[in-house]
Amino acid sequence: MSEWIEACAADDIEEEDVIRFDHGGVTLAIYRLENDRFFATGGLCTHENVHLADGLVMGKTIECPKHNGRFDIPTGQAKGAPACINLKTYPVKVEAGRVLVDLA
Amino acid sequence: MSSAAAPRMAAGRDYSLVGAEARRAEERGLASATWYTTPIPRKQLKELMRRKDGPAIRDTALWIGALILFGSAGVLLWGHWVAVPFFIAYGVLYGSASDSRWHECGHGTAFKTGWMNDAVYNLACFMIMREPTVWRWSHTRHHTDTIIVGRDPEISVKRPPDILGLLLNLFAIKTTWFALGKLVLHARGRLNAEEATFIPEMERHKVFRTARIYLAILAAVVIACMALHSWIPAMLIGLPTLYGGWLTIVFGVTQHAGLSEDVLDHRLNSRTVYMNPVSRFLYWNMNYHVEHHMFPMVPYHALPALHEAIKAECPPAYPSLLAAYREIIPAVLRQRRDPDYHVIRVLPATATALPADRLATAA
Ligand code: FES
Repeated sequence: MSEWIEACAADDIEEEDVIRFDHGGVTLAIYRLENDRFFATGGLCTHENVHLADGLVMGKTIECPKHNGRFDIPTGQAKGAPACINLKTYPVKVEAGRVLVDLA
Repeated sequence: MSSAAAPRMAAGRDYSLVGAEARRAEERGLASATWYTTPIPRKQLKELMRRKDGPAIRDTALWIGALILFGSAGVLLWGHWVAVPFFIAYGVLYGSASDSRWHECGHGTAFKTGWMNDAVYNLACFMIMREPTVWRWSHTRHHTDTIIVGRDPEISVKRPPDILGLLLNLFAIKTTWFALGKLVLHARGRLNAEEATFIPEMERHKVFRTARIYLAILAAVVIACMALHSWIPAMLIGLPTLYGGWLTIVFGVTQHAGLSEDVLDHRLNSRTVYMNPVSRFLYWNMNYHVEHHMFPMVPYHALPALHEAIKAECPPAYPSLLAAYREIIPAVLRQRRDPDYHVIRVLPATATALPADRLATAA
């Protein structure tokens, strides 16, 4: 059962960037990649719970600001030490300029 | 800057990662804590964090080119005293410049391209005899818990300081001795108790495999020396870690020695030291150490710009290596008899101070 939640306006995120979105005790990272592709993952690094929204988006990779651990944004896959545990990913859609995330 | 002598601590502190101080650091909320960070507008920070291949390709080509040039000259002139300066230069590039290369590439920030970071990281790790997986994880902990006693495995000048060890490390004697012992341990498929606290289970097979490769390379060098009846193979591979390692210590000690322990603010436990362009090439701007610790995702070539962006919030940078040592040497000598003594860095009057509840002091 889907639970679509409005996270932000599409224009709130610059291209190749990420913002933090908190909802009901869950922290997410919402990404806007090239060609207006939007994604959402768990917002905390699986290594030491640092907010990924303070990190750097490079192509389709997010780099954690604390120890430079990297994750593939579309799949959440950890790309090597010290990031060893994958991020949870969430479905995203954009409707009428708003970014919606399925938290179900 | 000012200095302080806190209540007396007779025998120094327990720097082990599995001892009483390790438990105490956790109880005091110093483990994996939240650290002070100077606010920088996101747009500016993104620009500073931007990755490039160009600067590191240029610097690596220069570095490898100079290694080949000086190494070849040393070999060609072997047996004449004129070979000595070439081996000195080769040794510094091998045993000291490798320190910054493993460091920056370990963070994955030197190059934009991942495999280039990995290639230079592995080469530099071998040159300085730091096992890549072990040091990746120990350095991760160093960034989580910088100079937190009982947590940080990379506190190089402890209290009281081991002056003899520091002097031996001018030629990497103590570090290499321990590194060789650990290689043997790891090659046998084991870690020591401290390493087990920061290297996850899933990464350990890499430690064991690399230790065996390192030992095989070192054994091949010894065999080559015996077969050729010559020291030349060892002068090119292995020994430069020792005879060329002195600048690692000269530069490295400036990072944290003599400053506060157990504070959650890199402005108080790290130094930024201005250096000349040659030193900054050799050290890949690691002299901007406050900046590096506060924003580890900023590549080395952007650290001078980061320094400009945050310096109003930081204690003044040291104008030279000499100025840094004018503070470090007396502080470290005094810590031999007074382990509580440390230099307290004073923030500019306009800077945002760390809230008192996060300014734990070594009591
Ligand atoms: S906290 Fe993200 S890599 Fe360590």
